[in-house]
Amino acid sequence: MTAPLHDTTAEAEPTAPVDAAASEGVRKVEGRSLKQIAWNRLKRDKVALGGGIVVVFLVLVAIFAPLIVSLLGHPPNEFHQDKLDPLTNLPTGSLGGVSGDYLFGVEPNKGRDVFSRVVYGARISLLVAFLAAIVAVALGTLFGIIAGYFGGWIDALISRVMDVLLSFPQLLFIISLVSVLPDDLLGLTGSGVRIAVLVLVIGFFGWPYIGRIVRGQTLSLREREYVEAARSLGGGSRHILFRELLPNLVAPIVVYMTLMIPTNILTEAALSFLGAGVRPPTASWGGMLRDALETYEHDPMFMVFPGVTIFITVLAFNLFGDGLRDALDPKGTR
Amino acid sequence: MPTSSSKRRLAAGAALVVAALVTTTACGGGDGDDNSKGSSKGAGYDAAYNKIANASTKKGGTLKMVGKQDLDSADPQRAYYGMSWDFMRFYTRQLVTYAPKAGAGSTELVPDLATDNAKITDGGKTYTYTLRDGVTWEDGSPITSKDVKYGIERIWAKDTITGGPQYLQQNLDPKLEYKGPYKDKAKDKLGLKAIETPDDKTIVFKLPKPNGDFEQFLAMPSGSPVKQDKDTGAKYTQKPFSAGPYKFESYKANKKIVLVRNDKWSKASDPIRAALPDKIDVTISANLEENDKRLMEGDYDVDLNGTGMTQSGRVTAVQDHRDSVDNMRTSFVRYVALIHTAKPFDNVHCRKAVFYATDFAGLQQVRGGKLAGGDIANSTLPVSIKGHSDYDPYGVIERKGKPDAAKAKDELKQCGKPGGFSTKITARNNNPGEVDTAEALQEQLGKVGIKLEVDALDGAETSAITGSPKVVKARGYGMTMSGWGPDFPSGQGFGQPLWDSRFLADTGNYNESQIKDKKIDGLFDKAIAETDPEAAGKIYEELDKRILDQADWMPFIYEKNITWRGPRLTNVYMSDAYNGRYDYASLGVVK
Repeated sequence: MTAPLHDTTAEAEPTAPVDAAASEGVRKVEGRSLKQIAWNRLKRDKVALGGGIVVVFLVLVAIFAPLIVSLLGHPPNEFHQDKLDPLTNLPTGSLGGVSGDYLFGVEPNKGRDVFSRVVYGARISLLVAFLAAIVAVALGTLFGIIAGYFGGWIDALISRVMDVLLSFPQLLFIISLVSVLPDDLLGLTGSGVRIAVLVLVIGFFGWPYIGRIVRGQTLSLREREYVEAARSLGGGSRHILFRELLPNLVAPIVVYMTLMIPTNILTEAALSFLGAGVRPPTASWGGMLRDALETYEHDPMFMVFPGVTIFITVLAFNLFGDGLRDALDPKGTR
Repeated sequence: MPTSSSKRRLAAGAALVVAALVTTTACGGGDGDDNSKGSSKGAGYDAAYNKIANASTKKGGTLKMVGKQDLDSADPQRAYYGMSWDFMRFYTRQLVTYAPKAGAGSTELVPDLATDNAKITDGGKTYTYTLRDGVTWEDGSPITSKDVKYGIERIWAKDTITGGPQYLQQNLDPKLEYKGPYKDKAKDKLGLKAIETPDDKTIVFKLPKPNGDFEQFLAMPSGSPVKQDKDTGAKYTQKPFSAGPYKFESYKANKKIVLVRNDKWSKASDPIRAALPDKIDVTISANLEENDKRLMEGDYDVDLNGTGMTQSGRVTAVQDHRDSVDNMRTSFVRYVALIHTAKPFDNVHCRKAVFYATDFAGLQQVRGGKLAGGDIANSTLPVSIKGHSDYDPYGVIERKGKPDAAKAKDELKQCGKPGGFSTKITARNNNPGEVDTAEALQEQLGKVGIKLEVDALDGAETSAITGSPKVVKARGYGMTMSGWGPDFPSGQGFGQPLWDSRFLADTGNYNESQIKDKKIDGLFDKAIAETDPEAAGKIYEELDKRILDQADWMPFIYEKNITWRGPRLTNVYMSDAYNGRYDYASLGVVK
């Protein structure tokens, strides 16, 4: 922001590209691919880049959770009741028992390491959010592209199904589903079942959002000349759908997927908060918030740590996704 | 035109501000209690334990109670909650009732409507009472032995009079030959043969089989008289006809109960009830935390439910208003049932391994520590019940609750599972701390190789699940965690549904361990036939030892609560007969 303020003269804007082009010499002649253009735009967007760095950091934390915890924390399900005040059952020491040994303090009543649980909670949150987003994108792209390309009764059918799903109370549906499903399902047990259910259900109710976008894009793309050309050269429907149309839909799909992940994180947290998430003692952010509710007046830090973590994660994903959208589709209306 | 990045920066900034606000307000809640809002001067910490705090005979004022839950019923024959039984002494009377004394003294039965305790004849099968002079209903008419009989008969009308204990019915008419007063062919509707009323002052109970606890059943509100022409059947709960010192002014279910003085009641006829306040005002409000706050602010005097304060309430109460707090000793035992039909708990050594591997002190801490959680349990019977002893075969008390991993592993070896085994435990998610406790046990048993999976059950559906051996088997549960309090203070009242094989039922089962032990059944029979409570207590002591030696059922905590004693209250004491609750009928208030 400071640079343009210095030279607000009319020449400032045009000179900059000329300088860059002159210094780069050879590259000036080569055309730049869409990816390169997008990357260059993204690089200039510091906020989005910051979001992206946080996202990468969180993913690494989730992957290396056992290592991080073995270095900086205690096993996430280990009780440390000696860290609690025997009378009130709250952590001894200030800020919920924060110390060098317990970076985020300990839980009231149980004395489990909050830091370790936040770190392990990232695994559940990100795993569910990513997998659910993949499920939604796969279904949404498939049905969206089919609806948009073929039109007619196929479009009408798929669109109505999407309307129905969008008006479905998914949170209530998941809560009731989780309570009636058995503990062992398809060879999975315990938390595995819950994770699979969360992924499938969140993903299933998420696809209409992306389906609508893909359908709309397909509607406009299918009339383009290159599609006409492919068709007149004898390309089959499958060829046109997946070779001609799909590559041109990648940008909106990627953008939408990045923006869908934070929504999924929030949905997972809400479900865990309501007791429909993973089973105890598996740590999850939403579950920690619920546990913290009982004692938030006396031990607010136990609520602050997972709460702020959810907040930062969602914000980072949103900022990054926003930036990605701007980079990929600068003309897009906002 | 705002650029895209500046807009996002604005969003990020706003978000940070919100985060900061959240953090600061949250912190503010923690230390804002110095401006002593209650400014209470209570009678001192635990002042109502085993003695009377603020003893007084001064009348007047309004006793203000608050509860999360309403009475399960105001109809004496239909109520089953302990708090309802405690409250009902305001407007019902029984032939005999619990002594208005602090602590253990309260479990003594003293005459109420009757002039004396029962005259027991015919080898413990006939109980005879004579009614006092001057006992009246709220319209001034005398309470007769026929009213008592009619009230008790209502228990038989199961389709109208739902809920409530069935002990009187089971002991007077085990074959259920009588069909209840509403279907009674007799003109006076007094067709039950097991109760005789030779005159208005005399009532005789004839039992087919002796039961040493029979007077206990009569002391429950289900033994209260009901005046026949005032009986409105299922609607009786809306406005019971009073026999006690207070009568209903209004009752809005799940909202409000107001009792006012019954001017036809005479103190001379009632040695039990102090009847100090002019009015009793009960508010039902579902927000426990808010209720605790308002108790501490002085808006209410006492919690009707008597289930103890919430964690956040008790921290404030203990830190800032310690002199208005009592440590209530309930007769509740927190336990884990080891289900005998679930392998490998059919083997006594695997069950013993659980006793040795459990860190009782850890479970105690999760439940709130020594004061708010309770004492570490050794015996299966609570301290207030005769038969409780110091018997400690697993050295739980000796090790101060700490586990003995070496012995646990040795038992596992003898059980043929040296590496441990896997099983599932249930806990109820509506019981504060129970799921946490199960998680703690999971962690503890994991150390010796017993892998637990915790299944948190929805509180409302628990009895349909753990109460059905079929469902328990289908779901593969090996342990159930729960709590249990006695219906009446004796070994029978506490333990028979839990341990007697004849109480094992397909639905509504409480013999969760599924114990089938002829010796235990025999000891129950022997103890029940015994009319001397001391002698019966000796038999229950033997029974307790048997259960512990067989490692059938693992008690871990004798529950205690932190409870609020409003500084306005007078004549306050905790009564063992009411599970450690205050004896409501004795309470008074400073105006």
